[in-house]
Amino acid sequence: MALTLRINERSIAVEAAADTPLLWVLRDELGLTGAKFGCGMGLCGACTVHVEGQPVRTCVTPVGAVEGKSITTIEGAGHDPIGRAVQAAWLALGVPQCGYCQAGQIMSAVALLRNTPEPTDGDIDAAMAGNICRCGTYPRIRTAIHRAARELREAR
Amino acid sequence: MTQSSATTPPGAVSRPCDAAAESEQLPSPARRKVLKGALAAAGLVLCLRQSGRVALAGAQKYGAAGEPGGVVDNPLVFVAIHPDNTVTVTVHRPEMGQGIRTSFALVVADELEAEWPQVRVEQAPADQARYGNQDTDGSRSMRHFFEPMRRVGAAARMMLESAAAAHWGVPVSEVVAERQKVWHHGSGRKLSYGELAVQAAREPVPEAAAVRLKRPEQFRYIGKSSSRLIDGADIVAGRALYGIDTRLEGMLYAVVARPAVLGGKLAHYDAQAALAVPGVVKVVEIPSHPLPALSYPLGGVAVLARNTWAAIKGREALKIRWEEGPNRHFDSQRFETELQQAVRRPAKVVRDQGDAMGVLREAGRRIEAEYYLPFLAHASMEPPAATARIVDGHCEVWAPVQDPQGTRDLVTGLLGLKESDVTVHVTLLGGAFGRKSLADFAGEAAVLTKAMGGTPVKVTWTREDDIRHDYYQAVALERLEAVAGPDGLPVAWLHRSASPTEDATFEAGAEGEDSSEYGMGMINIPFRIPNVRLEIPGVPAYTRIGWFRSVYNIAHGFAIQSFIDELAHAAGRDPLEYQLALIGPPRRIDPRTLSDEWNYGESPQRYPLDTGRLHAVIERAAREAGWGRSLGKGRGLGLAATYSFMSYAAAVIEVQVGAGGKIDIPRVDIAFDCGPQVNPDRVRAQLEGSCIMGLTVARYGEITFRDGRVQQSNFNDFPVLRLPESPRDIRIHMQPAGFEVPLGGVGEPGLPPIAPALVNAIFAATGRRIRRLPLGTQLADWRA
Ligand code: FES
Ligand code: FES
Repeated sequence: MALTLRINERSIAVEAAADTPLLWVLRDELGLTGAKFGCGMGLCGACTVHVEGQPVRTCVTPVGAVEGKSITTIEGAGHDPIGRAVQAAWLALGVPQCGYCQAGQIMSAVALLRNTPEPTDGDIDAAMAGNICRCGTYPRIRTAIHRAARELREAR
Repeated sequence: MTQSSATTPPGAVSRPCDAAAESEQLPSPARRKVLKGALAAAGLVLCLRQSGRVALAGAQKYGAAGEPGGVVDNPLVFVAIHPDNTVTVTVHRPEMGQGIRTSFALVVADELEAEWPQVRVEQAPADQARYGNQDTDGSRSMRHFFEPMRRVGAAARMMLESAAAAHWGVPVSEVVAERQKVWHHGSGRKLSYGELAVQAAREPVPEAAAVRLKRPEQFRYIGKSSSRLIDGADIVAGRALYGIDTRLEGMLYAVVARPAVLGGKLAHYDAQAALAVPGVVKVVEIPSHPLPALSYPLGGVAVLARNTWAAIKGREALKIRWEEGPNRHFDSQRFETELQQAVRRPAKVVRDQGDAMGVLREAGRRIEAEYYLPFLAHASMEPPAATARIVDGHCEVWAPVQDPQGTRDLVTGLLGLKESDVTVHVTLLGGAFGRKSLADFAGEAAVLTKAMGGTPVKVTWTREDDIRHDYYQAVALERLEAVAGPDGLPVAWLHRSASPTEDATFEAGAEGEDSSEYGMGMINIPFRIPNVRLEIPGVPAYTRIGWFRSVYNIAHGFAIQSFIDELAHAAGRDPLEYQLALIGPPRRIDPRTLSDEWNYGESPQRYPLDTGRLHAVIERAAREAGWGRSLGKGRGLGLAATYSFMSYAAAVIEVQVGAGGKIDIPRVDIAFDCGPQVNPDRVRAQLEGSCIMGLTVARYGEITFRDGRVQQSNFNDFPVLRLPESPRDIRIHMQPAGFEVPLGGVGEPGLPPIAPALVNAIFAATGRRIRRLPLGTQLADWRA
């Protein structure tokens, strides 16, 4: 069926069955390959995007459920100051190894900082527990979230 | 960001492929076996296996020279300077998170006197004749190519200097290249690299002996700590392209149903319901290949569709009957019993020194223990995926592969093409850890595009496919026996290591570890023990065995470092002091005197086992961790140290064991000596990652088989460490070393000490000895 999606502040028409997971619509139909496939079961977070500002796992989100809602993918993460601060902190600390999980990590981190501008370690644990990094970049992710929070605070 | 182009840009310091180094292939004792595709009748690919079992003949070549393709250090192959003043460095080793694209580019840029912001990286396709060895494993990219890449950069710099001198008509001794310009001393004139590009490309390439390298104190990038990553900006913006991200015009998306049991074959299938799934285009059978498995596709039924989701749904709708073959009864629990039996009787002796058996027989008291490591899956975050198409008889593959040439040989053989008709483009790898050394998934894509008349096909593995059809880290059962002398130090040591060999993936019936496998941390123990006997039982493999980051070092390190801790406690001595006493005074041991003929393929003169360096990392880790400090109830410190891939690593883990066996790791101290660090920040990153992967091995990793089938499927039943469980504080302590010291490996050697350090810490905290990995719920009954 024909659907209209609002992705990264643009309206996009797409042809897909309503029960198709958003992940495959983004990746296969729209060429937005920043969201990654890691498990297909909501277990790893590699496919995370924002829907109405909240992190969702696109591998288990039917595209029909997000029609008309505002979707932000990693490709649009740099459009807002929190996204830019997180990306900058990631680079400053050399967080990525293979980088495959990092789009999902960044989207989860951005959502955390939007809801909780000054996260504690416990907040970070809770917000990031759903994102697996097999390369083991967790210590730097934690440090980078704190750094982004600080930069954002100082910019306020 | 990096533009791939088949043609050399005008004005580049680059000529057509005229100077690829001749590469001699000798039987290599490298742990990675060499696949040589050769076409035989009926389209079968023959395999020439070269492994640790092959007796060495003729002059031994070490390091990269001993690897297929050897070393190429021609600047025309690796460097292009463009009139716009940018510099392209071609990186021939795949990037899987170790940072090699950044690190090679830094090395070349430094010697070239290029400015980092002007540097671009291009990934080389598979072509070992042109680029030298590309098989990226064994922690040896930088170890083998640091010097060649320095020569590449320095030679290109000299060509730029010659071009400038010729342009100005002055002697070359009067010019100097610095910061992307060549300067003339006398006149102060200068030309940018971009301005010199065309002329420099025509200058003769200096002889290797004439290449002037920098002195280490002149380095601008090498050895300097910086978080710069050549692909960093693309990664954080979601622009970096991995194998699974490949998209071609008109491409079909494939998902494959494979036999659940290794060696199984398709008996019958019904595609009707699959074909009725909207978006499904075709169902194609992939032929299976008789065992041994090699890197051939496993065979099965592929569903090709307009998108990945339709292909997944289509596969669910397939009705398939399999003929399961000889491995259908494999049961890993029963196999554990077989392994136990195997280590309890005499086996093939691989090192025998003094009379260990006699001393053990006579001894009043023996200390003995058995340690178990299960099968492990790699579970790289990017599952296997590959894309292929055929245009005018030429097959192109895009794939995240560690062994580009091996992939090219595989596709060449499978499709019955000439090598020159196969191009393998190497994408970024979303993690690999050894899994992507064997590119069966790329073979699938090649077979499918051929079946579709050349239409581009991308094969995507689901996580379930990945977990169930891996080349697994081998299960291992390690038995150790010792007799302690009056000081508690062992006077006799017996170690039997029962583990299926990776060779069995290449050669039907191969049994027990080969010399490269027991060469990983078992045979080369450098302890001062007068009577040592090491034995390898011949145990079979019933599944595909592969290489997992640090490979057999995991089981050996776990067993030996746990056992030493047990011996120390049995002797009533401090484990740190005990291990240092066991290692003894500093000495540089020729590995051959330890019956280690392999030595990771490196020269025994250049890379002796230096017990002083081992001693030093242990002391450093212990000191930094505050070894001996008093800890509260349920807390403990554990120590372990290993030597692997020419590097020395020691870890001290602090653990807190709470009620119900809840594990908390407030701090890990790792001391590491890999010789000089070319890119210190990436070395640290690898050690942090190895620590976390090592903790997954220690706490969670386990693949089991029943009825020949893998019982796990996804991250729900094959859990890996997550952020909240990650140590809060991982401190990496690098041992300083000058650039005269040969480089050690980095990607793998941080992993082996982690699991034993954790179980030793658990013992210190609870008095419970964990001899079986993973830890899982073994401490569930613990009350804090
Ligand atoms: S792919 Fe969606 S959570 Fe793993
Ligand atoms: S950086 Fe490789 S999986 Fe996270």
